[in-house]
Amino acid sequence: MSSEPKNNANRNLVLSLLVVVVGAFGFGYLLVPLYDVFCEITGFGGRTNTEAVAVTEAPDLDRDIRVEFVTTVNSYAPFEFAADADSMIVHPGQMYFATFTAKNMTGEDKVAMAVPSVAPVAAAEHFVKIECFCFNSQSFAASEERAMPLQFIVDPDLPDYVDTITLQYTFFDTARVASN
Amino acid sequence: MTATTVDTHAADHDDHDHGPTKGIGRWLFSTNHKDIGTMYLVFSLLMFFIGGSMAMVIRSELAIPGLQFVHPEFFNSMTTMHALIMVFGAVMPAFVGLANWMIPLMIGAPDMALPRMNNWSFWILPIAFGILLSTLFMPGGAPAGGWTMYPPLILQTGDAFPFLIFSVHLMGLSSIMGAINVIVTIINMRAPDMTLLKMPMFVWTWLITAYLLIAVMPVLAGAVTMLLTDQFFGTSFFLAAGGGDPVMFQHIFWFFGHPEVYIMILPAFGVVSEIIPTFARKKLFGHDSMVYAASCIAFLSFIVWAHHMFTVGMPLTGQLFFMFATMLIAVPTGVKIFNWVATMWRGSMTFETPMLFSLAFVFLFTIGGFSGLMLAIQPADVQYHDTYFVVAHFHYVLVPGSVFAIMAGAYYWLPKWTGHMYNETLGKLHFWMSTIFVNLTFFPQHFLGLAGMPRRIPDYSVQFADFNLVSSVGAIGFGLSQLIFVAVLLTAKKGAKATDRVWEGSHGLEWTVPSPAPWHTFTTPPKARIANESFE
Repeated sequence: MSSEPKNNANRNLVLSLLVVVVGAFGFGYLLVPLYDVFCEITGFGGRTNTEAVAVTEAPDLDRDIRVEFVTTVNSYAPFEFAADADSMIVHPGQMYFATFTAKNMTGEDKVAMAVPSVAPVAAAEHFVKIECFCFNSQSFAASEERAMPLQFIVDPDLPDYVDTITLQYTFFDTARVASN
Repeated sequence: MTATTVDTHAADHDDHDHGPTKGIGRWLFSTNHKDIGTMYLVFSLLMFFIGGSMAMVIRSELAIPGLQFVHPEFFNSMTTMHALIMVFGAVMPAFVGLANWMIPLMIGAPDMALPRMNNWSFWILPIAFGILLSTLFMPGGAPAGGWTMYPPLILQTGDAFPFLIFSVHLMGLSSIMGAINVIVTIINMRAPDMTLLKMPMFVWTWLITAYLLIAVMPVLAGAVTMLLTDQFFGTSFFLAAGGGDPVMFQHIFWFFGHPEVYIMILPAFGVVSEIIPTFARKKLFGHDSMVYAASCIAFLSFIVWAHHMFTVGMPLTGQLFFMFATMLIAVPTGVKIFNWVATMWRGSMTFETPMLFSLAFVFLFTIGGFSGLMLAIQPADVQYHDTYFVVAHFHYVLVPGSVFAIMAGAYYWLPKWTGHMYNETLGKLHFWMSTIFVNLTFFPQHFLGLAGMPRRIPDYSVQFADFNLVSSVGAIGFGLSQLIFVAVLLTAKKGAKATDRVWEGSHGLEWTVPSPAPWHTFTTPPKARIANESFE
């Protein structure tokens, strides 16, 4: 049979390896907040601001940026949802309004959530939403149709090579998320 | 049980003091590294045939354009299940089986360090795969969202979903326990004068692999647990509507997934590094540089994961970093390839079956390595992504790569396990059929991918028809060729009696014990020096 010192050596090594295993499991979860921080810093994944911010910058009237609106309705969300205009030409630093219209296609009350994403990635942090229906979940009565406002500024620090920004919204039924 | 084919010798060995118990109890309660190794190997062969029959379904469906035999949903289940079974059920357990059998013999240890845990880590596997295979009969069908389990698609799996997650948990548990056992055995139980750098390459590559396993399998466990809580417990890790991000799953998954592909190839490097010196009758060229190269590959595997997801939309700096880091892996891999070639240089080579499989490994794995370099080029990857080019690439590194190395190892050590030489004619037939058909199967898939044929779709446009037919013929041929290996195993005890040394050029402690290896070996530690001198 093995001697005492060897058993101790085995036990100590197993324990330290188990620490690695538990640490690795924890690291998997730690990646979640790390990823959020990383995305907020870099705009990775098209992350844009999801809370209102105030911006006061002088508009750059010489520069035209095309802003395109793309809307998607999640396959589980019983809604119609579209931008009133497909695109608009904007000057960096100037405030603009856009309107989106959504309709609850069911006879029941629904709560919806719009999730934004901006492309290209380099533009994500420079597309600043002042006020947006995507900041909060939106309640719809049965069959209600409603216009929803978006107020935004394109930051004049936008890299020179970007001349088109695409803002994409996906419309979700929040109930389908909670009780999936 | 089929397990008796390889191992009946131990029962009639006249070692009455320590002989195994009779009947099924010997296997159920086994703590013997050789018995457990045998069970791992037989289990992985069984899974190889189950996963392989799924591949036959896939290739039959794809033989001609249009839908022939199966529904698209079932086709997607087949691709998903084929991958999960081959990765976690065939390749990984086969290497753990080789590790169980050979590591104690190679380092002069009486058994694995933690024999009872060894029993557990094996017996969890049949349970895990029983659960996974049972999903084929569940409402909503088996998982069909791909083995990578990307949300939100995978969350649409039917009743099979929680069973999928639980079986992945169990596979991970088994791998982690196996890896801990390997590390403790290698660190604590080597023969007294076997220093780390004197260890055989197979032991070295397994030590590195085991560290990779304990570092990344828990990350996979975390990722699938997040999927589970997203589905059933109201969390939103990956659900955009709840503030989560589905792309984050891909990051976490591939943080596990890329080291995982090296978990499946590093032990193969080790097996080949044992076999080539034997049949070239020379020492392994650059043993220490092989160790450092394998360590480099292991380190780099942690910082290249995003090359699997170049198309998700990444900042330019990210794309550049992952592109260059990925290409860097070619350097240590090249060191290994050149070392194998240098080992053969001016050696007096003979071409027995294990050597043939090893030579094919070096050549065909390199083809897979080169297509990997092409995929690493980010601007080109945008075209290759999710096409059959990717399928061709990873099958080249996994089938004529990992699987050929496992076959080579099986032929190489089979006489040590059974005490008899296997049938060399059948072995060579198995090799040539496998090599011809594996290329017939996967080489045309490069062209299909470059021409734009997407993965994971049961139908395709007619311009892809010819290459697909060639590939399907090759796949059926490859599948049938593996039955020759079964014939080799069934006749394994009919050949001439094997000597202790087995091969003229073999070296290392495993060749100093009798053939077949007795149920208990190295109850007193050997001198590693003796084994080394017997070679030099």
